[in-house]
Amino acid sequence: MALKTELFVINLGPLHPSTHGVFRMLATMDGEVIVELEPVFGYLHRGIEKLAENRTYKQNIPFTDRMDYIASMSNELSYVMAVEKLAGIQVPERAEYLRVIMAELQRIASHLIAVGSLANDLGAFQTPFLYMFRERERILDLFDMVCGQRLLYNYMRFGGVSHDIPDEFLPALKKLLKHFPGFIAEYDQLLADNEILLARTKGIGVLPKKLAISSSASGPVLRASGVKWDIRKADPYSVYDRFDFDIPTGSAGDCYDRYRVRIAEMYQSIRILNQAIEQLPSGNVLNKVPLRFRPPVGEAFAHIEAPKGELGFYIVSDGSEKPYRFHVRSSILINLTALRDMIIGWKLADAIVTFGSIDICLGEVDR
Amino acid sequence: MMQFAPQELLWSGNFWLHLLLFAGMIITFILLMVMFFIWYERRLIGRFQVRLGPNRAGPFGLLQPVADVLKILTKEDIVPSKGDKIVFWLAPIIALAPVFMMFAVIPLQGNALLVDLNIGILYIIAVSSVASIGIFMAGWGSYNKYSLIGAMRDVAQLISYEIPLVLSIVGVVLIAGSLSLNDIVEAQTVPFILLQPLGFLIFFIGSLAEINRTPFDLVEADSEIVAGYNIEYSGMKFATFFLMEYAEALTSSAIITTLFLGGWKGPFLPPFLWFIIKVIAVFSLIVWVRSTIPRFRIDQVMAFAWKFLLPLALINLLLTSMQVVFFQEASSLVIIISSLVIMAALILIWSKFFRLGGNSTGL
Repeated sequence: MALKTELFVINLGPLHPSTHGVFRMLATMDGEVIVELEPVFGYLHRGIEKLAENRTYKQNIPFTDRMDYIASMSNELSYVMAVEKLAGIQVPERAEYLRVIMAELQRIASHLIAVGSLANDLGAFQTPFLYMFRERERILDLFDMVCGQRLLYNYMRFGGVSHDIPDEFLPALKKLLKHFPGFIAEYDQLLADNEILLARTKGIGVLPKKLAISSSASGPVLRASGVKWDIRKADPYSVYDRFDFDIPTGSAGDCYDRYRVRIAEMYQSIRILNQAIEQLPSGNVLNKVPLRFRPPVGEAFAHIEAPKGELGFYIVSDGSEKPYRFHVRSSILINLTALRDMIIGWKLADAIVTFGSIDICLGEVDR
Repeated sequence: MMQFAPQELLWSGNFWLHLLLFAGMIITFILLMVMFFIWYERRLIGRFQVRLGPNRAGPFGLLQPVADVLKILTKEDIVPSKGDKIVFWLAPIIALAPVFMMFAVIPLQGNALLVDLNIGILYIIAVSSVASIGIFMAGWGSYNKYSLIGAMRDVAQLISYEIPLVLSIVGVVLIAGSLSLNDIVEAQTVPFILLQPLGFLIFFIGSLAEINRTPFDLVEADSEIVAGYNIEYSGMKFATFFLMEYAEALTSSAIITTLFLGGWKGPFLPPFLWFIIKVIAVFSLIVWVRSTIPRFRIDQVMAFAWKFLLPLALINLLLTSMQVVFFQEASSLVIIISSLVIMAALILIWSKFFRLGGNSTGL
């Protein structure tokens, strides 16, 4: 005789230890298995897009920091690139290199958190997470050296960066780069062959190639599904065309591949950083931009390969001091749209891991 | 039939006075050790996680558990309005009591135990399962989906892991020739971990599952079901559950010490100290596992018990029986080496057959 069972709805979030912020998943469960899932977001909505329309272009730079607060430098870079495109501002070569250095350091810092918190979602009691934070601390120290801030940098400017790097920055960076590959290898060695980690991530939360493309996913999530797509190569911005690096891709599109792709990308970032230090020219870092900055009427879109995916800014100018429209193409929000298809049919524990492997930051999803 | 043996006690005074005094001693011992364990685990995990751990309250943060207890006692005691109030109230007590009861038959040193039951180990197995009823009651009475999932997981886990756990104990009992824990310790001229390495591993893993420690902490998996069965508990009742968890870890360490590590036996130091040292060593192992290994999924936990541990436990039982029947005369060195080799071979062979798969549930 079969037992009479019922489906029940469980409300994961908005306050839940593994939602990486305030995200809510309405999961309909059959025992431990999720049969239906409805992602609900918007709990951290601060109306950044609307608020930005009431502030001058320059005032919006620190605003963009507060979107994906784990990768502030990337947000700034994308925004200043959009405005520079709009107003046709030239950037000195040294500033371009500094931007690349900051963006790649930021990518490593962001991936460290992504990988660490994935292990946290798997139930490894905080240890990998804290190891990652220890290493991220070194990168934050570098940022601190450059702009005096550790989380929200406000470093990029239209036409360059706010300060040149101090003298002690490059030696410190070189030392870090020397130490880092060994550290990543050590960490990878500790985690990658762990039977439980393999069992919990391999084949879990698969995002098929076709679905990944049609849902316009980007970043490591897309590349783990086997699509070789990276804005740095596909539409080179800044000085990325001068560097030699690979695009790591996965094949299965499962949580494990997403983890592997992030680890591999950290190595590539280190490669880029090493080349950038070698090629770093001297000179001016900031071109003069008028104090009362009014870009001409028009519109511009600039996108970069942020740590979490393709981050784009669409700016419409009506010729005044403030943007007429300020739109963000959030990488994480669009990566999240495939969440339901990735999770349905899996167990509750898998849902958490899959969700964590997308690497989200609610500050950018809700804006 | 159960038999008490009061005349063999270390201190042969009045029987009832002995019961009363020793019960008081055991409770004090457990509470003190739990306080120490809470501090010790946090410090140790701190070291594992490249940080310091609590070091503010008192020297080396030793008073941290005291501060925790004071804080937790001043918390508001919340009872869910739709919960089953009686079940909700009873659950922490039912979960805690058996953990204390288990200590009645564990010898703290030679003959120093509350009652020397001739079926001691059977008693422990029986009583330890009762704690799960308390956990299930907590999950049921809370009227909360998370806690219900946690409670269900606990019961499923307990039923699965009880079997390899008991089978691995049988090996020890076969060699010692007695069910009384006191006799088992006396029989260990060589610690049974050397004669029964496979049994020790199975028992250790089973104990981790029994006390809901990583990698089997699905019952309170904080990243999945927040806190599991105790999600609705606060104040004193939560403290009771907290105490229960650490007391369970303490009892498990004590049982492992008694069964496999030679109990209170040891050179130079007084036996009681040896017992505590070994218990702390086992607990350190548990903490080490907790701080380094991620969590299983529920079906993997089940598969691990039924497909990996149970066959190994059966083989171990068979080999031990053969050893006891046919190789009674063999020197212990031969047995130690052969059982280590057999363990390594078995685990290697079995892990070739058994892989934890990551397959969809085919919905």
